[in-house]
Amino acid sequence: MTTRLFGEPVQRREDPRLLTGQGRFLDDLGSGALAAAFVRSPHAHARIRDVDVTAALDVDGLIAIYTWEDLPERVGRPLPLLIPHPALTHGRTAYPLARETVRHVGEPVVMVVATDRYLAEDACGLIEVDYEPLKPVVGLEDAVQSGHLVHEDVPGNIGAHLVQEVPSASGLSAGEAIDAAPHTLSFRLDIERSASTPLEGRGVYARWDGADLRVYSSTQTSTSVRMAIAAALGLPLTSVEVIAPDVGGGFGVKIVHPWPEEILVPWAAMLLGREIKWTEDRREHFISSAHERGQVQHVRVGFDDDGRVLGMDVRILHDHGAYTPYGIIVPIITSTQLLGPYKLGAYRVEFSSVYTNTVQVTPYRGAGRPQGVFCMERTMDKIARHLGRDRTEVRAANFIQPDEFPYDQRMTFQDGRPLIYDSGDYPEMLRLVKELIGWDDFERAPNRGIGIGCYVEGTGVGPYEGGHVQITSDGRVHVSTGLTSQGQGHQTVFAQIAATELGVPIERVSVVTGDTRRFGYAVGTFASRAAVMSGNAIALACRKVREKALRIAADALEANPADLEITEGIVHVVGDPKAAVPLSTVAVLANPLRYAFDDEAAKATQFSGQASGGASPDRPPVAEGDEPGLEGRDYYSPIRSTFAAGMHAAVVETDPLTAEIKVLRYAVVHDCGKLINPMIVEGQIHGGVAQGIGGALYERMVYDSHGQLVNASFMDFLMPYATEIPHVETAHLETPSPLNPLGIKGAGEAGVIPVSAVIASAIEDAEGVDIDRMPISPSELFDLRG
Amino acid sequence: MSTGTDSSHEITLGVNGTARRVRVPGRRLLSDCLRHDLGLTGTHVGCEHGVCGCCTVLLDGRPVRSCLMLAVTADGHEITTVEGLAGPDGMSPVQRAFGESHALQCGFCTPGFLCTVTALLEENPAPTDEEVLEGISGNLCRCTGYQNIVKAVHRAAELRAEES
Repeated sequence: MTTRLFGEPVQRREDPRLLTGQGRFLDDLGSGALAAAFVRSPHAHARIRDVDVTAALDVDGLIAIYTWEDLPERVGRPLPLLIPHPALTHGRTAYPLARETVRHVGEPVVMVVATDRYLAEDACGLIEVDYEPLKPVVGLEDAVQSGHLVHEDVPGNIGAHLVQEVPSASGLSAGEAIDAAPHTLSFRLDIERSASTPLEGRGVYARWDGADLRVYSSTQTSTSVRMAIAAALGLPLTSVEVIAPDVGGGFGVKIVHPWPEEILVPWAAMLLGREIKWTEDRREHFISSAHERGQVQHVRVGFDDDGRVLGMDVRILHDHGAYTPYGIIVPIITSTQLLGPYKLGAYRVEFSSVYTNTVQVTPYRGAGRPQGVFCMERTMDKIARHLGRDRTEVRAANFIQPDEFPYDQRMTFQDGRPLIYDSGDYPEMLRLVKELIGWDDFERAPNRGIGIGCYVEGTGVGPYEGGHVQITSDGRVHVSTGLTSQGQGHQTVFAQIAATELGVPIERVSVVTGDTRRFGYAVGTFASRAAVMSGNAIALACRKVREKALRIAADALEANPADLEITEGIVHVVGDPKAAVPLSTVAVLANPLRYAFDDEAAKATQFSGQASGGASPDRPPVAEGDEPGLEGRDYYSPIRSTFAAGMHAAVVETDPLTAEIKVLRYAVVHDCGKLINPMIVEGQIHGGVAQGIGGALYERMVYDSHGQLVNASFMDFLMPYATEIPHVETAHLETPSPLNPLGIKGAGEAGVIPVSAVIASAIEDAEGVDIDRMPISPSELFDLRG
Repeated sequence: MSTGTDSSHEITLGVNGTARRVRVPGRRLLSDCLRHDLGLTGTHVGCEHGVCGCCTVLLDGRPVRSCLMLAVTADGHEITTVEGLAGPDGMSPVQRAFGESHALQCGFCTPGFLCTVTALLEENPAPTDEEVLEGISGNLCRCTGYQNIVKAVHRAAELRAEES
């Protein structure tokens, strides 16, 4: 029996510890460490006149208080701008502690270290900061019209401006194609802010032993945090280790780094020679981490009688908050992924990314795609309505066809590479989703509507990930990869890949992620890339190990490696089960020994006659070009992204009196290439859809005109409970990616992407009024009814 | 200057069947006492204002938000945390059902759900769909979309029935 686990709904290997309270999340570590807390700005925009710490000095247990002036030059520099782009002409990042000016409520101003968190917060409460309030810029319109500036040296608050244009086949510009089209429409769309909102906030715990720094961070990228800390603290990279322990959700916000706290906590730990920990509280997470989504879009589209888009022009105003540490990735993704599964005649997209005195904007699951898909799918619905055609017909008229792959959208994607779709079957996907929701048999009734939304998601972006696989003399398989986990089940899916590639029982495989002590080269977990990138890297590393194991076993069995296979952890000659050697023994033989630490190891010592090469006195014990041990390392670096896709449909009902909106049914057809573990993929989709429903109906960041986030708590920011989320019906389509050995595409963000578009489509169908803003509350729908 | 340490109290909590004596300041939250004084870090803190339910523990068998309670007010009471749900033969039906049904992803909200559902099934061993939704409607999960949690509650009810 061969060990085939790839594609099976294998139970998760991380669950037993998480179900019994044995998880190790950031705040579960560092018992006895000092606690850090921060004084944060209560103003959206102000100049700091003075910081008076006198009253705080009497607090028992106070260890230290730091302001920007206390930081050494290197530590006090502005945080790095992680993704520079030529169009980001006015990129600005924050100082770790505010220097002279604060630009959003929640910006850290003073760091306090005390013997426990209660005392640290006591001290924070006694520190008096004298502010001179400045005029805040709040909201997109204010940013471009008010004349007030977030950064004095950024005219018009414009951080970036980018245009991408693709002419039609006959050479028409988008404007010309629209003007020449039989039908044209123009409209405005608004999407409000939401946020990742993992249930565990951020957190950092650092310890310094006089020579080496070990930092634990609730991060989506431990390798990159490590490099950032080494650079900021002037330490050799080899003296810094960063570990992402169990992480209680990320959804994008934890890819940002280094956070001020990721620099300040290790710095203070070194300075004080004490362990220090900072655990973010919920209010801090709302006002000091990152948000996303906020955009205004102006659309002009021209189309023919069949609804084929001849030209489309989209102008996007994107609110990136007070700083741009993550560059302009979000609006770049919006403007490119807006195209979805469609081939347009001509397309022009232009965005301005602007500063406001609000929390910075960085990717949240979907990362700009929900806005792009909202735009394109609203457009498709409007075209259908204008022509009196079925909404799915209009979409089908614009689809890229299965025989047109690879399909070049002639734009530049977020990885700086051409936007070329690798594979897909959109007509079949549409057929499946229509069948699943019962589109053609939908029974019309007052206040009931059906909606649809389609998307394509560029997944598995580079530059690379790596995998290391080691088989030890006890027969255990140790897999490590540098990217991190926040609930995606990597310890399970990567073990499935390794068990399948090596022919070993999954129980013998263990997987470590996000620990720079085990694997130092990595990028991180974001952009639905972990399965594609690390999955393939681990498969390639396993293939190297397998080849070596077969070579050594062939020597021991006096057989030809081509005649061997590995089953249940035993290498044997095909057709001769007696000629066999377990991988544990192969691992022993792979490592010639001088000392026998146990009976098994004795086989590899110099007088045993069994060690690899040891039988022949004419060959060195470790052959030239070979290495001791049964291990392998490999990397996967794709030429460009893979492109997953999905289509969702929903049935909603609205209350004729109160305008309450209820989602009665929700159907998803999803294509992420080959599935490694369908149970986990479905779980990812369920969670994504739930976040999408939150974004469509409940969640928004409510800033008042002073720049105060007035709903910065779970009491007022309405995250859905079980009672708000419909049952999600799913079906899968598998069009393997031709770009990687495993044919996989990635699934992490998928579920959330089209939900706002789908819900808007269904409400519009139920109500007959244009739904052009998201989220939509019952009172807003009530007002739309007029 | 008040620092909170000058008014400490000696309290005794029955935690997972063991009497634990601990000295805490009057203002110390039960969640912090369990996590940091008693080392039971399985109880998680997600909002500290009683909305998310991550910190749910059983106080004399009933689910409570340990972030909304002072440790001193739990003096003399019996507390069950996630660490105390498993029996001598291994994980409880609720724990096993959550694993089988893929009802957890990051696992941060899970201890709160496990305690809530344990109490729910104690009171109502065979809840309807509506009763399950109502029963877990005080706990937030950001990963699963709840579908598999609902499935797990029904599965746990089955397991309990089979094993009783």
